[in-house]
Amino acid sequence: MSERIIYLDNQATTACDPRVLEAMWPWFAEKPGNPHSADHAAGRAAADAVELARAQVAALIGADAAEIIFTSGATEANNLAIKGVARFAGPAARRRVVTAATEHKCVLESVADLGAEGFEPIVLGVDRDGALPVARLRAALDLPTLLVSVMAANNETGFLQDIAALAAAAHAGGAVFHTDIAQAAGKVKVDVRAMGVDAASISAHKFYGPKGIGALYIRRRPRLRLAPLFSGGGQERGLRSGTLPTPLIVGFGEACRIAVAGMQAEQARIANLRARLLDGLRARIPGLVVNGSLDNRLAGNLSLRFPGLHATQLIATCPTLAISTGSACTSAEIAPSHVLTAIGLTASEAAATLRIGIGRFTSPADIENAVHMIAGAHASLLATAEV
Amino acid sequence: MHTAKSVIYLDSAATEKLRPEARAAVLAALECDGNPSSIHGPGRAARKLLEQSRAAVAASVGAAPAELVFCSGGTEANAMAIAGLSAGRRVVIGATEHDAVRAAAPGAVILPVGSDGVVRLEALEAALRSQAPALVCLMLANNETGVLHPVAEAASICRAHGALLHVDAVQAAGRIAVDIGALGADSLTLSGHKHGGPKGVGALVLAPGLHLPALIAGGGQERGRRGGTPALPAIAGFAAVAELKSPAGLAALRDRVEQAAIQCGAIVCGATAPRLHNITSLALPGVKAETQVIALDLAGIAVSAGAACSSGKVTESHVLAAMGLGPLAGCAIRVSLPWSATEDDADAFIAAYAAMAGRLTRTLSAA
Repeated sequence: MSERIIYLDNQATTACDPRVLEAMWPWFAEKPGNPHSADHAAGRAAADAVELARAQVAALIGADAAEIIFTSGATEANNLAIKGVARFAGPAARRRVVTAATEHKCVLESVADLGAEGFEPIVLGVDRDGALPVARLRAALDLPTLLVSVMAANNETGFLQDIAALAAAAHAGGAVFHTDIAQAAGKVKVDVRAMGVDAASISAHKFYGPKGIGALYIRRRPRLRLAPLFSGGGQERGLRSGTLPTPLIVGFGEACRIAVAGMQAEQARIANLRARLLDGLRARIPGLVVNGSLDNRLAGNLSLRFPGLHATQLIATCPTLAISTGSACTSAEIAPSHVLTAIGLTASEAAATLRIGIGRFTSPADIENAVHMIAGAHASLLATAEV
Repeated sequence: MHTAKSVIYLDSAATEKLRPEARAAVLAALECDGNPSSIHGPGRAARKLLEQSRAAVAASVGAAPAELVFCSGGTEANAMAIAGLSAGRRVVIGATEHDAVRAAAPGAVILPVGSDGVVRLEALEAALRSQAPALVCLMLANNETGVLHPVAEAASICRAHGALLHVDAVQAAGRIAVDIGALGADSLTLSGHKHGGPKGVGALVLAPGLHLPALIAGGGQERGRRGGTPALPAIAGFAAVAELKSPAGLAALRDRVEQAAIQCGAIVCGATAPRLHNITSLALPGVKAETQVIALDLAGIAVSAGAACSSGKVTESHVLAAMGLGPLAGCAIRVSLPWSATEDDADAFIAAYAAMAGRLTRTLSAA
């Protein structure tokens, strides 16, 4: 068997699409311009490329180009949205900032940081699928609330929240609504107007674009006001200073264009691969459990529990299979995943969980081999355990 | 004559063309599919590349790898340093600092510079005399004039008064030797794209044992000092140019450009100060900088009227105003030679500049 790695960790990061590489390449190769050097031709060419990409990003999520601010990624965009809204509102404003227990660490930490600035962080629990019940949000909104932040798709369980309903509830309570769409964008249809959100964070490398670039959607009508995380040359309308990385932005735009063009067919193909993977594993591994519901879930995601085993043992037994126990950021941590704990798993259940992320470059043969490897590793680990 | 219109790019202080070494490293890293925080094979390969890159960039400024925090660029690094180190301290900055520093420290005490653009150390001494805790921000090389500040001397004054010193070395790195220990700085800002590396990456380097809170909170990356999946291709490209130096031959080209401009009536801003060898600020009395830049652009030469950041709005340079240049401050263009600049580029600039100056100053005397 070849040493080729089967990559099934597409929620941690994705390989750049070859078309993205091709689009970026001229900008890495011979074009030097700083897009802010409007004085000369090289600068203007870079500025034009950035604006085309901005329109492509906007088109992916149903926004206007003028509503897109480029950042270094979704982590920065989440920090900017949450801290920016709170800091702009100032000390006389509402104090309460509400989020859900299954959010990405950068959202939870941003909200917690606001606690030190005099705001009141509220972290709401979710049900066993990962859903934040609208009634629970409404109850939290009984006290005047400044901001609600809930992610569209979870990075560990793939669970898709009912963002439109949550945003409507937030607005009914007079709160601003922000959503982290890092895992959803490019994979499910995201329309910021249909969802009615005020701000949304997006990352290129989660859907076949380059690392190091992302964006924050900021609603214009009515206009959402926020303070920058840092200032300087005043780029991005003063909300995000720093020279824009033209090649990365061009790649981000191309990734969005590809996603818009092929989303439906791609998701159907990926859903089919997931069904084959799950069927194959269920046939060979009795007692296998899917964490969360298979409905309302990203097509490529599986969060699987292997009773009686440590997921890290499974990973170690399959060195040519790239899978994870959960969020990459915290992969090295010993503590159980906060997401799995929040949906009601015990520490030992969380430790028995693998996250699988199927993506654009996963082939049917990859799925067959993965079933073979995981089931084989499971059987041999159980046999060793029983001896 | 070339039939294809090729731009002669002399705006390296805004950004530089990627060096071939950086291009190769970026391409290789784009093939590296993993997230450096993942524990599987592709993740470990990405982590290895990240840590090798960290070691290379840190070594280029005499730091240990653990003391280097990767971020999105010079602006973020400056903001991170000032936000993180200014708690409970007065902030004192040089008058010619980059906008990233000026904006991060809106209430700062401003240290004047002399007519040569060099910060006045006696003013620093006076500003710190009260012994109240302070953070001093001083750039190593100015982005509009190339003027070098006496950072090591400033560091001694800071140390004597218990102040911290943050140094923006964005323009200096890759052009002169930069060593955080020799400079005596507590923190140091670097940017990838100002000397042949990619845009979208920079670093904050910290003196041993200095801690600071994250400006961008997140998944615990960069030892909790900067959240977010690291921009691996840009980081690898940055590392590939970290040890490369701007060609020494640029000094001779810069001198030729200056001599020719002086012949046309130009004044070199900061001429008597120690300067970087690739930047010159040329003021042509009576001719607006914007007019000069547009004329040169039409002649196929890319230069700027000061910092690029101001997004097309041509306002009087705060750097030249601080040097007391008065109306001349609105009449200066910045010529900055990239690593790839050639004799031909300098010749083309000199010819275009002479034609432009002849035409525009004639108009002026006729008026």
